[in-house]
Amino acid sequence: MVLLSLMAATTIGILRLRNLFAVVILGGIYSFLMATVLLVLDAVDVSMTEASVGAGISTVLMLGTLWLTKNEESVPVRQPILPAIVALVTGGALVYGTLGLPGFGDPSGVIHHHVVPRYLNDVLAETGVPNAVTAVLASYRGYDTLGETTVIFTAGLGVMMLLGGRRGERKSEDKDRRRAER
Amino acid sequence: MSRDLILRVVGKLLLPFVLLFALYVQFHGDFGPGGGFQAGVIAAAAIIFYAIIFGLNAAKRIVAPAIVAAMVPLGVTIYAGVGIAGILLGGNYLDYFVLAHDPVHGQELGIFLVEAGVFVTVSGTMTTIFYTFAGRGR
Amino acid sequence: MTIVANYNYWITLFLMVVGLYIVVARGNMVKKLVGLSIFQTSVYLLYISPGKIIGGTAPIIHEAFSVYSNPLPHVLILTAIVVGVATLALGLALVVRINEAYDTIEEDEIFAKDGEP
Repeated sequence: MVLLSLMAATTIGILRLRNLFAVVILGGIYSFLMATVLLVLDAVDVSMTEASVGAGISTVLMLGTLWLTKNEESVPVRQPILPAIVALVTGGALVYGTLGLPGFGDPSGVIHHHVVPRYLNDVLAETGVPNAVTAVLASYRGYDTLGETTVIFTAGLGVMMLLGGRRGERKSEDKDRRRAER
Repeated sequence: MSRDLILRVVGKLLLPFVLLFALYVQFHGDFGPGGGFQAGVIAAAAIIFYAIIFGLNAAKRIVAPAIVAAMVPLGVTIYAGVGIAGILLGGNYLDYFVLAHDPVHGQELGIFLVEAGVFVTVSGTMTTIFYTFAGRGR
Repeated sequence: MTIVANYNYWITLFLMVVGLYIVVARGNMVKKLVGLSIFQTSVYLLYISPGKIIGGTAPIIHEAFSVYSNPLPHVLILTAIVVGVATLALGLALVVRINEAYDTIEEDEIFAKDGEP
């Protein structure tokens, strides 16, 4: 519960700060807190992934982008009233939705009774792999993971196409011209 | 950054263990927490760490960008190939039971190969993305 | 159904609303992406929270335990995290290209430059 409150505090920090470097570092802290919360919730695999991906790779990529672009956020010109209303209305609808959810940690919740008992009871006999998460990921839901690997492949391809080639000559001339005009 | 003595020494000490940990997470993923995703990201993080401390060119000398870029489709191919092997051996697509004589061993083998494919793609993609971002600035 | 029992859900919703607000209200593109990842992580929490059973343990089968947390949300979120970082990388690449073309990463300035010629 303390961790969750810390996470909420971190997001407020992210919201209010204008220095993007601090925002990115706070994002890393937020990811580590999230990984700890997931560990407390018994999701060890997910926690490990969040710690290495969210706090590690994402932060490095964000810092790389800041190095290539700018470090400061400019002061907004518009008053953000409409976005606040949109966010609050969405939040209200979601709060209404949680009223129907089963209590935290209640074993009689619906999600514990559909396919999951079969996974947990038969996983050792059917696959010989004790870690149910790995078995479900790679075997029972193999198609999902195949599609997901393809998504990563496509994203890597996209990044390579967007940034991979040398900086075009025409582009940099264009930029110089724009700078000269100003 | 290149004159940071403590960082360099500690980095050299830590890197083998980071890579070893990645392999442990990969091969122990059946029994404990871990698997292809985590291991791939940890291995990529080791390479990125090396590139940050010793410079991008030093990292590119050790792990060539062409190899890393080739790893991206290779992993997907391994994954899809396991599925096609299942068809050729008389089962359905991504059906691991037919991969070995004993169905349980077939499942173990299938999960192992699929995780290896995921590992190759994830580590390759993450390293490639870092290389392209870092190489853009010059 | 007390406030304490559902504290997870309240915090999840708070994170979701803050993330949504950052995405919609802020003009800076890097900040938008940070807000997007906050939104995403709140969804992870929303999925994992109901999977926990009090007194249960991590879903690694062993004869010493009989109650496990639900492995299915873990699997779904595992894939979601990795897909999330892939999309984040793609978004950042687009931000870098936009910065090269327009020399800014603020939405308002880009709109102003588009209106100029």
